[in-house]
Amino acid sequence: MTDAGRVVIVGGGHNGLVCAAWLARAGRKVLVLEAADQVGGAAVTREFSPGFRVSSGAHLLHALDPVVERTLKLASHGLALARTGLNTVALGEGGPLVLNGAQVLAGEVSATDRLALAQHVSRQRRYAALLARQHGRIPSTPWNLAKFALDIRRLGRADMRELLRVGTMPLYDLLEDRFENAQLKGALALDGVLGAKLGPRSGQTFFTSLQRAGAYSMPRGGMGTVTGALAIAARAAGAEIRVSSPVASFRVATREDGGEHISGVVLESGEEVAAAVVVSNADPKTTFLRLLGARHLDAEFARRVQHFRAQGCAAKLHLALDGLPEFRGVPPAQLGERLIIAPDLGYIEAAFNPAKYREFSPAPVLEITVPSLHDPGLAPPGKQVLSAIVQYAPYDLAGGWDAGRPHLLAATLDVLARYAPGLRGRILDAELLTPVDLEREFRITGGHWHHGELALDQFMMLRPVPGAAQYATPLPGLYLCGAGSHPGGGVMGSAGRNAARVVLAGGRV
Amino acid sequence: MTIPREHYLQAVFPTPFHPRTAAANTLNVWHRWRDYTVADAYFDVALEYTALRNACTVFDLSPMTKHLITGPDALAFMNRLVTRDVAKVKPGRVGYTVWCDDAGQVVDDGTIFHLRDHVYRLCSQERQLDWLLGSAYGFDVSIVEETHDVAAIALQGPTSCALLKRLGLAQVETLAPFGIRSYAFEGGELMVSRTGFTGDLGYELWIDPELAVSLWDRVFDVGQVVGVKPMGTLALEMSRIEAGFIQAGVDFLPADRAIRADRTRSPFELDLEWLVDFRKGSFTGRRALLGERTRGSRYRLVKLDVEGNKPAKDAFIYDRRRRNVGVVTSALWSPAAKANIALASVQMPFGAPGDELWAEIYYQKELKWSRFMARCTVVEGAFFNPARRRAQPAADC
Repeated sequence: MTDAGRVVIVGGGHNGLVCAAWLARAGRKVLVLEAADQVGGAAVTREFSPGFRVSSGAHLLHALDPVVERTLKLASHGLALARTGLNTVALGEGGPLVLNGAQVLAGEVSATDRLALAQHVSRQRRYAALLARQHGRIPSTPWNLAKFALDIRRLGRADMRELLRVGTMPLYDLLEDRFENAQLKGALALDGVLGAKLGPRSGQTFFTSLQRAGAYSMPRGGMGTVTGALAIAARAAGAEIRVSSPVASFRVATREDGGEHISGVVLESGEEVAAAVVVSNADPKTTFLRLLGARHLDAEFARRVQHFRAQGCAAKLHLALDGLPEFRGVPPAQLGERLIIAPDLGYIEAAFNPAKYREFSPAPVLEITVPSLHDPGLAPPGKQVLSAIVQYAPYDLAGGWDAGRPHLLAATLDVLARYAPGLRGRILDAELLTPVDLEREFRITGGHWHHGELALDQFMMLRPVPGAAQYATPLPGLYLCGAGSHPGGGVMGSAGRNAARVVLAGGRV
Repeated sequence: MTIPREHYLQAVFPTPFHPRTAAANTLNVWHRWRDYTVADAYFDVALEYTALRNACTVFDLSPMTKHLITGPDALAFMNRLVTRDVAKVKPGRVGYTVWCDDAGQVVDDGTIFHLRDHVYRLCSQERQLDWLLGSAYGFDVSIVEETHDVAAIALQGPTSCALLKRLGLAQVETLAPFGIRSYAFEGGELMVSRTGFTGDLGYELWIDPELAVSLWDRVFDVGQVVGVKPMGTLALEMSRIEAGFIQAGVDFLPADRAIRADRTRSPFELDLEWLVDFRKGSFTGRRALLGERTRGSRYRLVKLDVEGNKPAKDAFIYDRRRRNVGVVTSALWSPAAKANIALASVQMPFGAPGDELWAEIYYQKELKWSRFMARCTVVEGAFFNPARRRAQPAADC
């Protein structure tokens, strides 16, 4: 293959597929190279035990870019939501608290807290909307910075002042300030720490909580349906997608004047694919340090990439169950909702503490779904699948994850047993993916589902690092399109769309 | 490293030559150079300088920061680090170079000694280990600082080759400028490079610290008849300005030490364009320097011949309309050039050859300060550049 006019996209995750579809629609010849045997990256549905299938990475949809959804007509390509607007069922010793946005559907919550919740949620949504307006913009071009500043100004005096006050605050202090109910505070705090190496008392957890202010949905067939629809859209637009084609390295050519530029990729099979433009859906460290090589970059830039904080702190638990689990106090009708074990702020912070010292939580925080309730096809008849995010599980666990994995699994099942005493007896099979496993399975250096912490210092024009924050990289012809770029992780697709626009503009933004 | 366990009892070390430099230092004036004590002068700055230009002198170079860079990727690493093409520095050769940060601003200058295949010694003015290690990611190289493990003296001046011949170094006169050759010395290895910081014929001698004193003694034994003298830092400073060599921390601020953005300088702004090789491929700062080449530089380093005989040290530089356009970074009245010379950093576009510049010189006579506006002429080439510096074979008698 020697077609130098083509764009090669390395990685067929959701952003890579969005980018491919966007470029193909604009008439570019696009080839997507995916390492795994199916597209989707960390938004996939796969079998983890014979007959049992699960979204093995992300398991809830809450931030899909509406422009992507609309433009690529994902609904007509097979995307269907089994449920939208999931409730959050906050489990607690005294029974669950059921929330949906600003509403308290069940549980004893004072009138004061209900009012505070309404105000809190409404404000969070306004701030989240402010951030969402930046998602489709190329960060830090002067024009877009001005628009960002104007967006902040447009919040109005009260909201802007409040944003500036709480912008970098720990969620702990904010929630203590606003609420009485411990269980409510725990539930709200989870949004700020899920997926991050942060506890509620960590700075800027208010900011991180804005990333999860959307409503939760569950696609029919798991997250693989989302990326499946994206792949169909990309192919329909003319993109070629090859799976089981892991890329080993980028090919760099040197011009007569000594300037280097990308000239294609080399597959692990040894096959070389020529391309004038390579767009990497891989995380920044994989892209720059492994596939490209630091020697093609300025030393300080390479150093910034090395120091990009990208160590995952969340594990993923999959259980094959021989029947419906029973959670104390949770009526069967609520079982399909988003169940969380984050009973109070102290519990979450205590779960976080060991992570700072390279240990996992003896009593982890959990976000649980039972996807088979919405999509019986995921499990054999009469059986169920439970999927849970287990926090905190530091990537660099002291002693390593081979030794630690069974212990974290035991600790997680212990916590589950506290709320679902009969669960252990129903387990047919269990799979626990630690950050090291997620790194291996999804080829994300550090196993962080956002490709890197989504924090203020790794946000917008700082994401992943200055010098590569506008999707173009220092190497002519090489672009980023993954969650390591603005606006980051969550199954959004905005990064892929923005990257495609930059590629089409020839790298100039 | 040979630092004793009690190193913390002493903040500054004697150099391996200290027993001899201390005995020779009749003035007993010393200053600190990095980790070591070195002599400002031994008996008389002017006479030491005179010995350098008319016979030869020995300067204790041991505190110079030295790094050993080895491994299969040593060349690739060096080429990514520095601005010039290191592939052109063949084994047994030395090359002067600078290296830059991502913004194309000079971090430091130094010399690359290509000792043998895949083995380089990098000598620098500043400590660079952190920068080197930070640049090493992705390269199969080993980098160690060997400042304490290698003793060195600079033997400089017109009779330096004759002295080395008397020391028994066969054919040393055929060693070309920037060449390296090794000789046996008392059971060890004496490495000789035809390099220096004086702009004169001269050599640098590199040796195991254990043999340092013995080397000093032999040099002074055989050197009496060719007039060898010890030389301190003050006389060296005179000679390097005459040669037009710049010094980190004096003529430019190392980029990694700068807080203010306009304080640093690019190679172009230090008159070192000849060291920048864009054609060799990627190196740190390449993109920024390409940008600067297109956009134009902010400053230029100029050599000035200053009217009068008052050294223009730290003088402001003005254009013909008396607008401040720069500052002198190094200056002296040069005995060799018989001229009042200065290195100055001036804003572009000032300082082109033929431009009229003025130096505002303050000087003191019997505690009375006076001010003098001296007309300056921009000079091209070194102030002092004798043919003997490049002669092949070197004059050996």
